[in-house]
Amino acid sequence: MIKFDAVSKRYPGGHEALNNINFHLDKGEIAFLTGHSGAGKSTLLKLIMLMEKASTGQVFVNNQNLNRLSKRQLPYFRRNIGLVFQDHQLLFDRSVFENVALPLQIAGYDSREAARRVRAALDKVGLLKKENLNPIALSGGEQQRVGIARAVVNKPDLLLADEPTGNLDPQLSAEIMALFEEFNRVGVSMLIASHDLSLIAKLQHRILTLDHGRMIQGADEKAASELS
Amino acid sequence: MAASRKPTVRKKPVKSDKPRQKKTGGISNLLRNHQQVAVDSLDRLLASAGTSALTWVMIAIAIALPLFLVLVLQNLQQFGSNIEEATQISIYMELGSSDAELRSLQNNLNGNPAISETMAINPTQALDEFRALSGFGDVLNGLSENPLPPVIAVTPATESLDQIRALVDELVNMPNVDTVQYDLEWLQRLYQLLNLAQRLTLMLGVLLAVGVALVVGNTVRLAIENRRDEIVVVKLVGGTNAYVARPFLYTGLWYGVGGGLLAVMVVLLAQLIMRGPVSQLAGLYGGEFELSSLSLGDVSNVLLLSGFLGWLGAWLSVLRHLHAIEPK
Repeated sequence: MIKFDAVSKRYPGGHEALNNINFHLDKGEIAFLTGHSGAGKSTLLKLIMLMEKASTGQVFVNNQNLNRLSKRQLPYFRRNIGLVFQDHQLLFDRSVFENVALPLQIAGYDSREAARRVRAALDKVGLLKKENLNPIALSGGEQQRVGIARAVVNKPDLLLADEPTGNLDPQLSAEIMALFEEFNRVGVSMLIASHDLSLIAKLQHRILTLDHGRMIQGADEKAASELS
Repeated sequence: MAASRKPTVRKKPVKSDKPRQKKTGGISNLLRNHQQVAVDSLDRLLASAGTSALTWVMIAIAIALPLFLVLVLQNLQQFGSNIEEATQISIYMELGSSDAELRSLQNNLNGNPAISETMAINPTQALDEFRALSGFGDVLNGLSENPLPPVIAVTPATESLDQIRALVDELVNMPNVDTVQYDLEWLQRLYQLLNLAQRLTLMLGVLLAVGVALVVGNTVRLAIENRRDEIVVVKLVGGTNAYVARPFLYTGLWYGVGGGLLAVMVVLLAQLIMRGPVSQLAGLYGGEFELSSLSLGDVSNVLLLSGFLGWLGAWLSVLRHLHAIEPK
């Protein structure tokens, strides 16, 4: 699903965010991406979303080499990836329903089919009764669940989450993670960036650890041996 | 749901629920989106009526001004052509020419194909008319003899200035003719002035059109700034640049059309106010003159043009500002 091949990312000004990253994530696999803050977790996710381009090396998503993706193709590429943010990035000028419907609207679904899918997604995150509220009226955990509903409403092949539980208490965090596992069980590949090590440890999934831009745990072995 | 999809998608694309594999309905989707966005962006403008109204009024003024000038020029031209139809050449015969000579000259002129009508005025008639109109009755009574020559008023058959001038040359050389007078010179000057005024109006119009586009562009730039968060999210969930730009282009279109509508109303109102005084003025000059108004075609042209200018301004703004907003 995702493959990083000798990927480095250097920002203008010389800061090296990622250094020779090699790993791959299989279809239907779930993995956590962890590391101290500034280790490069967000940069790695941004490379997958093509919010940033790799300085060297190649990133593949769904066997598509992102270096070869044209600007025109970019929006269509992104429609296959669900993205969950720490600050959920909801729009407060519209209802919960309309927030979740946004990806479908963009993809050009007719409104009846869109409504059906939005309600299915909201039902899954347990917010069906709040579809007409403005997200600002919801609690932090509920807002995050709206964000998740928006990320999965389009039935993406891949779900990325950047510190999805960063602002939540342990109880809510566990609920969110359970939700992710549920999606993973029906085949969605998943990469979740989090520094909440105690939570991750409980869940017993593959862990990728970044340290100062290097992947010190979970990297491809062949590549890792080449390194040493 | 997703698991069952993986191996079968390519074999049975019909059953897939992915939009990119749904080949049909692309156009109708697009149309639906256009319709949705058009209504939505108009709603937004009406929701913030205060700030929108300010922009609309600015656009309306910029459009109404040249529009009004064009109408004034149109009316002056019409006025000028009315006069031209009534243009007469006055032939003053030599003093003391007899009535017989007057009649023979008139007969002579009636045979000229360049002349459509003639009217002979002998000195007695002319003096009576002058006495009645001028109020110098007593003075005129004291004259020992009639100082006025016989006159023939000629209406040329043509409206072309060159032909009229040739006719005048011909008339001057006829026997018993003293002077030939015609009033085309000032008409010609009027046309030159109108021509100049037209050019000035055109220049002003172009400048103000650029102004309209810039005003809309700037307003749309602010709208883009206000919706920055939304743009970022839309781009992240796969909105194309066209999709992101669409609401702003419609916003520009509505600004233009609204401003154009307002401009038309302003001009019609101004006409209503001026109609009375203009016909009174025309009445004083003994003519009938109806102000020509905006036709339905004119109105739709104004709306098309203003809508286009609004769209253009928005497009320039989108080109400059929207693409700079990328998710970070």
